[in-house]
Amino acid sequence: MGQIVQYVESYLSSDKTPGAAGNMFWALVYIMLVFAGLSVAVIAMNWLERKILAHMQVRLGPMRVGPHGLLQPIADAIKLLLKEDIMPAEADGFVFWMAPLIVVLAAFTVFVVVPFGPTHAITDMNIGILFMLGVSSLSVLGIVMAGWASNSHYPLIGALRSSAQMVSYEVAMGLAVVSAILMTSLGSKDGTLSMIEIVRRQQEQGVWFIFKFFPLGLIAFFIFAVAMVAETNRAPFDLAEAESELTAGFHTEYSGFRWSLFFLAEYFAMIAVSSIAVTLWLGGWLQPFPNLLSGTPWDQIFSFFPGITFLFLAAMCFYNTVRMPKHPLFRIQTIGLAGFGVILGLIGLVLFIPAVSTRIQDIFWFSAKVAGFMYLYIWYRGTFPRYRFDQLMQMGWKVLLPMGLGVLIGTGAIGLRFEIWHQLVVPLWHWL
Amino acid sequence: MTDPNTTLSPLELESHDKTFLDANELVINMGPQHPATHGVLRVILRLDGEKVLGLECVIGYLHRGVEKIGEHRTYTMFNPYVDRMDYVAAVSNGLGYCETVEKLLNVEAPPRAQHVRVILTELNRIASHQLWLGTHALDIGAITPLFYTFRDREEILKIYEKYCGARLTTHAFRIGGLQYETYTGFEKEVKNFLTFFRPKIDEYEELLTTNRIWVERTKNVGTISAHDCIALGVTGPVLRASGVKWDLRKAQPYANYKNFDFEIPTGQNGDTYDRYLVRMAEMRQSVRIIQQAVDALPEGPIMAKVPKVMKPAAGEVYHSIEAPKGELGYFIVSDGSTQPYRVRVRPPSFVNLQALDVMCRGQLVADVIAVIGTLDIVLGEVDR
Repeated sequence: MGQIVQYVESYLSSDKTPGAAGNMFWALVYIMLVFAGLSVAVIAMNWLERKILAHMQVRLGPMRVGPHGLLQPIADAIKLLLKEDIMPAEADGFVFWMAPLIVVLAAFTVFVVVPFGPTHAITDMNIGILFMLGVSSLSVLGIVMAGWASNSHYPLIGALRSSAQMVSYEVAMGLAVVSAILMTSLGSKDGTLSMIEIVRRQQEQGVWFIFKFFPLGLIAFFIFAVAMVAETNRAPFDLAEAESELTAGFHTEYSGFRWSLFFLAEYFAMIAVSSIAVTLWLGGWLQPFPNLLSGTPWDQIFSFFPGITFLFLAAMCFYNTVRMPKHPLFRIQTIGLAGFGVILGLIGLVLFIPAVSTRIQDIFWFSAKVAGFMYLYIWYRGTFPRYRFDQLMQMGWKVLLPMGLGVLIGTGAIGLRFEIWHQLVVPLWHWL
Repeated sequence: MTDPNTTLSPLELESHDKTFLDANELVINMGPQHPATHGVLRVILRLDGEKVLGLECVIGYLHRGVEKIGEHRTYTMFNPYVDRMDYVAAVSNGLGYCETVEKLLNVEAPPRAQHVRVILTELNRIASHQLWLGTHALDIGAITPLFYTFRDREEILKIYEKYCGARLTTHAFRIGGLQYETYTGFEKEVKNFLTFFRPKIDEYEELLTTNRIWVERTKNVGTISAHDCIALGVTGPVLRASGVKWDLRKAQPYANYKNFDFEIPTGQNGDTYDRYLVRMAEMRQSVRIIQQAVDALPEGPIMAKVPKVMKPAAGEVYHSIEAPKGELGYFIVSDGSTQPYRVRVRPPSFVNLQALDVMCRGQLVADVIAVIGTLDIVLGEVDR
């Protein structure tokens, strides 16, 4: 027993990620935690997307299953699990079976290196960002396989569109990423590809890379923000699953659990690319504006944020509990909503305990930033019409790619000038 | 692109067998169960990659034999059936039919009835255009306008419901005038709707007109020249967007449209974007017409003297009106009995649908969806 306590303590005081420390047990625990957390995030995202989109479109969204439709995602999941598993007669069985697995595995594996905090990651690889880009592009393979194996016209066209789109946007995406990596190498240090180290460099330089070399960092971020929407096949780039043209694109023939794997993978991928954007440009787990709002008072104020967020959500629940119809039929829903509010409130209160709040800080800020991107995804979907395939390609190759190249060259040139200044001119000045 | 000699050549379907084995060509069957074909339209697409080489429409999935039914009903009994053709513009269908029979009987509806007819028909034009806008934008991927337009269309349907009890297939008019006097507060409610609706048009336009993606998706898509339009018999906003100032409300005034002051919006390029602009402008013009009609609503009888049993003299009559989708014509042959010998309908959607092939050739698959949306077809009317 004492050994176990010691073991836990030794981990908690470690400043390394479990994977990097070679601690397999904790790595396994982290994998479980990340998987569970992501699944909850997907469920929450599913509900939020339907609700937010509904409110943007002057309707209510799910209202029946649970208070304000809170249990709707769970009901959907049960429905999908109970559905008949249909495979088209002419389909290539093995490939058809493999495709969703590849997609969901590729989408989940990238989370191995996502840094939720300086030590809150499954592992820290020295090729972190490369690993993320590489593995996440594996999902194209699954999509092509799904389209081909279905042996049907619409999925085939959807898969072709999707793969062409993902491959071409990866180029622009890569260029934007390289310019961010270049920024890590400033200040007579070697550049780094490690996700954790990238955030640490932003902390050391005292600026998020989105504000660095204004406007170069901003443009690179913009390129990435556009490319990542295209990469995840979301509106306005959702041509692969354009329902008005191709019914459902590459997963037209899929149903039940296989379909839900694609669905899960799409949301995993959305969170994954948002994590890359947050890590590279928005300072990862750092609290906002390290160069302006740093110091003890601000740390104190920011340490209240996680608790306040949950208390606010709890207050929203209670407010809506009061507004619930006073009809006997709504009693269970009212109690359920109040109970949900109590749970949120308790979580909020726990988060005010200093020991917890300091540990949860990193994860909170990271999740909050990713959540901002998730909201953007929903907003895009509610606002934009869909691009046409050729326009999409034009945008990727003729607009984003030259912009990415320009930003890369610009970052390199400014960085070089910076280096020359610091390593030649300043010493020379001192020498004189 | 729209050289009539090439674009109007019939689609060589017999060459299918020869070209099907050609790996470059793909034959895709779009519909009749497809979310974007606005009902049960089936389109056979011949594709080269994503490029459309040609297409053929297969219709008839919603055929109910409306014209044949007309031969076995009295003139009055057939009136509700016409509502079921273009079910989103049922009032216009009713107006066309009633006026045709009135022409056959040589009666004219009294002025008050004419005014109410104009108000309801123009409201119907707005409702039809709203439905078109919502679904068209939805096809192109903008899901939000659909809900805005349906929210506002509801107000029109409420007026209909109060007036005649039905929301969609209204059966609002009778041969010779109106069955019902307007309800108390009708004028006020119509006026309220107009003040409510004017800013809403700007709201729709705000979402789409200058939206970069919307412009890119619709400009130079599905272009059709005025010459092709006339050759194919295309009418309505599609024709006007190609630059032809042809509107039956002005060209052959029916009801009492000649008393109202309004303009005919036209486009220049004949592309999807122009058709969008023309329909948006038409909604504004409809608001103008309704405002004038409701301001000058005369008192008086609502029914002309029409015999209980209608036995029009043997003969034939053709009368057409400007329905929201184009020229809606009725050709009725009477043999002197209580039932028409033949009722022939010239539905705008059916004729306009012919232009689909011309408009889609050389475009991409995604454009076919946009063009089907912009043609504003209702399959109930195409198949009858």
